[in-house]
Amino acid sequence: MIDFGYSLSKSNALKIENLDDSRFKALHKLEPDAYKCIGCGSCTASCSAGVFTELSLRKTLLSLQRGEGKGYIDQLQSCMLCGKCMLVCPRGINTRHLILSICKIYSVEQ
Amino acid sequence: MIYQGKQKIWADYQKEIPDDHWFYVRSCIRQNFFPASEVTMLKIFREMLGKDMYETPHHTTCGGIAYHNECIPQETQMAIIARQFALMTEAGYENYTCSCITSFGLYCETIETWHEMPEVLERTRENLWKACRREFNIPKYLAHTSDLVFKFRKEIGALAKYRLVNKDTGEPLRVVEHIGCHYAKMFPSKGVGGAEYPYVLVGMAEEWGGNVIDYPERRHCCGFGFRQYLVRANRGYSVSNTHKKFESMEPFHPDFIVTNCPGCPYFLDRWQYVIAEQTGKTYGGNGQGIPVLTYEEMAGLVLGLDPWDIGMQVHQIAVEPLLDKIGIEYDESKKYEGTGGKPLPEPEFPAAIRCC
Amino acid sequence: MAKDNVVVIGGGPCGIEVSRNLRDMGYTPILLEQQSELGGHLRQWDRLFPEGVDARKVLKELTSDLRGVKWFTDATIDSIKKSRKGYTVNVDSGMTFESKAVILTTGFKLFPAEKKEEYGYNIYERVITNADLEEYFRTRKDSRIQDPKTIGFVHCVGSRDEKACNRQCSKVCCATAVKQASEIKELFPEATVYCFYMDLRMFGRSYEDMYLNAQKKYGVRFIRGRVSEVSEDIDGKLFVKAEDTLLGKPMKMKMDLLVLMTGIIPGESTAQYSEMLGIERGEDGFFAPKDTILEPCRTKDAGLFIAGTCTGPKTLPETLSEARATAIQVHNFLSK
Repeated sequence: MIDFGYSLSKSNALKIENLDDSRFKALHKLEPDAYKCIGCGSCTASCSAGVFTELSLRKTLLSLQRGEGKGYIDQLQSCMLCGKCMLVCPRGINTRHLILSICKIYSVEQ
Repeated sequence: MIYQGKQKIWADYQKEIPDDHWFYVRSCIRQNFFPASEVTMLKIFREMLGKDMYETPHHTTCGGIAYHNECIPQETQMAIIARQFALMTEAGYENYTCSCITSFGLYCETIETWHEMPEVLERTRENLWKACRREFNIPKYLAHTSDLVFKFRKEIGALAKYRLVNKDTGEPLRVVEHIGCHYAKMFPSKGVGGAEYPYVLVGMAEEWGGNVIDYPERRHCCGFGFRQYLVRANRGYSVSNTHKKFESMEPFHPDFIVTNCPGCPYFLDRWQYVIAEQTGKTYGGNGQGIPVLTYEEMAGLVLGLDPWDIGMQVHQIAVEPLLDKIGIEYDESKKYEGTGGKPLPEPEFPAAIRCC
Repeated sequence: MAKDNVVVIGGGPCGIEVSRNLRDMGYTPILLEQQSELGGHLRQWDRLFPEGVDARKVLKELTSDLRGVKWFTDATIDSIKKSRKGYTVNVDSGMTFESKAVILTTGFKLFPAEKKEEYGYNIYERVITNADLEEYFRTRKDSRIQDPKTIGFVHCVGSRDEKACNRQCSKVCCATAVKQASEIKELFPEATVYCFYMDLRMFGRSYEDMYLNAQKKYGVRFIRGRVSEVSEDIDGKLFVKAEDTLLGKPMKMKMDLLVLMTGIIPGESTAQYSEMLGIERGEDGFFAPKDTILEPCRTKDAGLFIAGTCTGPKTLPETLSEARATAIQVHNFLSK
């Protein structure tokens, strides 16, 4: 193999038709309100753990919907289940139950 | 695909191209990497079509490579271009045509800048005067040489000995056309066909019998840029862009690629080897890659000029399979003979891609 | 009796409602419509947001009682001349009407989607507009729609777009997109529907519920990011590029159908009447009223009134309210 001094870069575009959303659909079965999220960010903004860690519930839910989510799921370990996100969600989603359901389906230790 | 929809858009982006009397300037990249292309074009226009294409040995590069690499500032750039225009004015011409797409984009950009900011134009006139005591007029018409070949495609078609048709099956050849970014993306009104569905190469290919393919990454840049490949470590970015294009056009099984920018065929031709070495994959179906032609070479082949006179031997991807498909006669033994009896050095054969 | 004549130009919902109200107040409205039928764009719609009311029923209601209204179709205005007595309106058929007041309810035009060349309308078969989709809902006939599995809606086509020379928001397309997304999901329950939006304008009563319903009941996926280019792959499917701005990643997807939400732009005749009658227009090309808050239906000329979508994008209920308000203003003007 010749070493050219450079190599092909990988594309970081999401290919939607390749995504596997079977787990997201399973999440919807456990917590139907998962579909209601509008990405407003109130949950992330009020998160107790969010000030000290990378935890962002908005990003986690959105990337799960897009079939990605590996990096975000691990962050859920920092969640303290304090319930501040549930107090502010404008769509009335039970975010604590949502987080627990995500952990269950994606097998994260809580 | 609704072809009439495209035709409506093409009708919107017509460009006025004069018939004769052009001042011609060459391209740095094209002269060096496809040396016979420009000679072929001049031959077609001067001898076959009887047009006046004037060239002066005093002309220089347009400075585009240095300018886009940020080696020279815009003022210097404009002074260089002003000198080119001064040579045109002194020779008594008002139609300016250039061989390189980047030059074309740069000339459009400069003329637009002078148009919007007259004080810059004045300063450029002063600079040129101080530098070499020349004065210039802005050309009345600016066209790229592919626009000229496009304008005379019917005349060339009438003189043509071959058509872009597969001689065994009778099917038109599947042509991928690639337009240089600087041609229409900056100023869509200055390109034939506009920015989204450029017509300049489509018109040529279709007039001469070919069938143009529309594939998803058709508009994508080949990755040339200038900054990208100058530093070796950055070339991975350029290769990735070309790789994206090839991956996208592969299912359409193109017979060859035609481009109007000099940098694009250089990249599309050479990167196929790099991609073959790095990924083990070649495009084109027979392990030999997809031949890449410049539009002058395509015109020359169609008119029946000898492939080795047009410069096919310097292409990295073997053009012989394409010549066989069209039915063009050539003498393989004369490939590296060179002009004036001086033989050309023969290249090494790479491992990853078949060259014959 | 000539003194009771009021000429209304434009036979869409606004013109019809103005005429009916003027008739109820004892005037003789002369309703002039350029096309062969009354109803304007309402004739082209299937169901209206937010409740999904049948557009044909609404049109039928509006046109059910036009007794006392003198309406003419296929009537093109040749000229309108102003004198001290009032206005003289000349129609191409040779008719002439004298009226102390003239009301312009000339309506709007939909942005021609082929102008956004990068979306490939009329070039790639599977790209259609919101108007085409409404037509499909009405007739169930469109060869371009063949059991689509992935459907996309592109918001803001021709609106909020400097390149299209239209800075304004067309107001109603977001609600229409959400409505159509839900309706198409009902027709093709196995399909996945995506809406590519920049902002979601759910301003009216029940619009937010419509949005919630689309998400919860129909599973419509909303992606915040504008579609940049569309091309066609070898299997005829559309190759769509957009960015998911909330995630910050570019996206590529293959789709079976793409619906362009074309916006509301000034109608063809708006510029003509502006010239003819000296009515001012805003930068966006719509008629500019005397005062946008206190006198939205008046112009510089006391006897010249403007109402409906010719003064800007509006929903149907707003248009009808404006029509009724204008009728009263005309009555007050004529009673002086």
